[in-house]
Amino acid sequence: MSAVLTTPQPVARQESPGLWALAWRRLRQDTVGMVSLAVVAFFLAMMLASFTGLIAKDWSKEKGVSYANPSFLAGAENLEARSMATKEAAKAPAVDLSDIDPLAPRYREWEERAAKIAVTETKRAESLPFGGDKWGRDVLQKVIKGSEVSIFVGLCGALIATFIGTFLGAMAGYWGGKVNDFLEWFYNIFTSIPYILLILAFAAVAQATGSFGKGVVSIIVILSLTGWTGIYRLIRAEYIKHGNREYVKAAQAIGATNMSRMFGHILPNVSHVSLVQLSAHVVGFIKAEVILSFLGFGVPVDQVSWGTMLAEAQNELVIGKWWQLVAAGASMAILVTAFSLLTDALRDALDPKLK
Amino acid sequence: MADNILQVENLDIRFRIDRKSEPFRAVKGISFNIPANTTVALVGESGSGKSVSAMAILGLLPENGIVAPESRIVYGGRDLLKAQLPEMQRIRGKDISVIFQEPMTSLNPVFTVGEQIAETLRLHMGLGLRQARARGVELLNEVGIPNPQLRINSYPHEMSGGQQQRVMIAMAIACEPKLLIADEPTTALDVTIQKQILDLIAKLQEQHRMSVLFITHDLGVVGDIADTVVVMQNGVIQEQGSVKAIFEHPQHPYTKALLACRPRLDRRPKRLPVIDDFIKGDGRLHLEERRRGTSSGDPIILEVKDLNKTFFLKEGLFGKRAIPAVKGVSFQLPKGKTLGLVGESGSGKTTVGLTLMRLHDATSGEVLFEGKDLLALTEREMMAYRRRIQIIFQNPYASLNPRMTVGQILVEPMKIHAIGKDERERVDMAFQLLQRVGLSPESFYKYPHEFSGGQRQRIAIARCLTMKPDVLICDESVSALDVSVQAQVLNLLQDLQDEYGLSYIFISHDLAVVKYMSDRVMVMSDGVIVEMADSDEIYRHPREEYTRKLLSSIPKGYELAPQPA
Repeated sequence: MSAVLTTPQPVARQESPGLWALAWRRLRQDTVGMVSLAVVAFFLAMMLASFTGLIAKDWSKEKGVSYANPSFLAGAENLEARSMATKEAAKAPAVDLSDIDPLAPRYREWEERAAKIAVTETKRAESLPFGGDKWGRDVLQKVIKGSEVSIFVGLCGALIATFIGTFLGAMAGYWGGKVNDFLEWFYNIFTSIPYILLILAFAAVAQATGSFGKGVVSIIVILSLTGWTGIYRLIRAEYIKHGNREYVKAAQAIGATNMSRMFGHILPNVSHVSLVQLSAHVVGFIKAEVILSFLGFGVPVDQVSWGTMLAEAQNELVIGKWWQLVAAGASMAILVTAFSLLTDALRDALDPKLK
Repeated sequence: MADNILQVENLDIRFRIDRKSEPFRAVKGISFNIPANTTVALVGESGSGKSVSAMAILGLLPENGIVAPESRIVYGGRDLLKAQLPEMQRIRGKDISVIFQEPMTSLNPVFTVGEQIAETLRLHMGLGLRQARARGVELLNEVGIPNPQLRINSYPHEMSGGQQQRVMIAMAIACEPKLLIADEPTTALDVTIQKQILDLIAKLQEQHRMSVLFITHDLGVVGDIADTVVVMQNGVIQEQGSVKAIFEHPQHPYTKALLACRPRLDRRPKRLPVIDDFIKGDGRLHLEERRRGTSSGDPIILEVKDLNKTFFLKEGLFGKRAIPAVKGVSFQLPKGKTLGLVGESGSGKTTVGLTLMRLHDATSGEVLFEGKDLLALTEREMMAYRRRIQIIFQNPYASLNPRMTVGQILVEPMKIHAIGKDERERVDMAFQLLQRVGLSPESFYKYPHEFSGGQRQRIAIARCLTMKPDVLICDESVSALDVSVQAQVLNLLQDLQDEYGLSYIFISHDLAVVKYMSDRVMVMSDGVIVEMADSDEIYRHPREEYTRKLLSSIPKGYELAPQPA
């Protein structure tokens, strides 16, 4: 592809902007595109910062009371926290057993020794910026930490699935004949198995053999190996359509190789299909990770993702604690909307016919 | 002015392109009348505003069109530009109907032609199902479709292009309109079919006593059928008058140019006259004749022996049907000469071209290039020869990759064949070639969609020239262009042949163009070469009936050129 996309740089002539430079220039004029690019960049930066431990390092610390209120609702009643507190308070008065306790004479010595160790009583906060979960963990930090897994899974999974789908689709559509027959047969087998069942089958194999590694990596592999089918079909159809176009014939006439025709000439003309599919699949995969995590095939319990947060939120919603659901749901919605707007803008920017 | 069926007064149309720039003025205050029971021809190049004017009459301008308030289109005492939608809908199809250029895209592919004709009849004439169908059969019969009882149940794809256009005409005259607008109705068709359609429109005009507004870019075709001619250029009417006046005493240089730029059968000037010769130049023509023809001593660069190509259609579950497209074609191409290949659509001429290039695999036969059989070479061996035989396709809108700049398009073949030392030298060569084919250096950075059809064809020619080919196959390379642009491209091809000594295989359905360009002409029909002779010979003494038919279908303009004996 690069062989074709590189633009000659004539000396002493007008600077020639390449495809991507032109696309960037067009994208910059698109307000919606730029805003969504900023949002996506923000999420990616957040994910990186959290990955390197700059922020949300201590997300698992239990800082607040159980189901701490969000700070903007600080005064609201928190029955769960109070019942927990009363339970602890009820433990306090113990029966004096010192006259029958054989260890009683040593208590004093132990108490003296214990007094030497500095103990700071952490006071659990009544409210946290965006509330707390059952164990009093900060929901905001959980969302940030959770983005790590979710965005990574969504983006990587969708990128790999789009790559597989586009590549196989290009092969089947361009070559036709036996290649097409074989890939169609493969595709039919894949799609004849119910989707969830297929995911679970892959997940079970992955867990049993451990061949894909654990946790996040195995989710990405599972999702991308099952998610390429729709993209494959669309790209195949586009390649069949474009394969007979005159500009491809013209490329053949000048001696362009099959690879160059497939990926240098046709691909830029069908890339919009891939891009739209990519954005749709990012959304789908973030949601699929939820399902996998919920079913226990996803991330391990010591990690957090938006999926596990949504799974937790189900029970919390019954007792009126909505903030974990809103936090995970809203960040997912914002990212996904921004991402699909961005791919739309990118598609327009890459089309030289649209100004 | 009671006898005028339609009056266009001060028609002025602008198009809003975007918010920043001034609206583009497509039609600049034109006025003309369409008298009852006559044919008015509206002639001009692409972009002259002729189709836009016609769409304004029908109230079918796109959303961004602005019609100036002083414009008036008077029909039956009403101003159509101020008419409300329901009123326009009553008029459209009933009083004023239209035939478009592309019958393939104008007909709905999922309905039978009978259903589509019946729809018009039921909407406007209030006929019942059975009556509409009976009238549909009558109409198909009238427009000359054989077996109308049966064909009324056909789907559009089951008909040929000419038949589809006949169906469009049947739909247009179904409600006995007072005015028929024909927007380039024959441009997409072969010359022979074009002649039939023109005859049909003329016959129907007379029978139904209706008026016809005939829009075309080719002044030549209207000579036989029009009563009045209106010549438009850049949104302005340059000249209007009776067909006799326009053809015999054209006043405006533009009209003169349009008349002169179509290649004629009886003359072969060194260069075809183009519009600039008349408008900028002194108006003198380069009438020096060019000699064409071959002699037995010419060195042969390409020889084809008994070429066959059969396509296979799938039939049923496992069966396939053989469709022979090219049957036993043999010819020789002398070096530096042009071999014309003429025939109607479906005659197999394009298949010959593609097979020579190995863009199709031949079923059998030999293509000897400097004594080497190209069809027997492996893909790798073929690479060396690919460079030397190049092809220019028919449709310049489809043959350039829309995602590549002109610069990339030109540099790519040089890169593939390692022509030029480095990137810089290739770019330099690309700039030189752009200049050679008459394009500005800025074109290097532009995308194909920013060019007109003629300019794109120049880009396609430049792309072939990057590889310095010996043989150039021109597959209907000028058929999609306006006659005036066609003349420029033909001149360019001619100049290049003189300069580089190229050998051409010139494929076209238009015998006039082929005769002008070629030293030797092959006439092809149903995959077989029916006649082959030097071009002057074939024009003066056509042996085959089919060749005579092709010759007689070429539009002669008004004054009926001398008939070939």
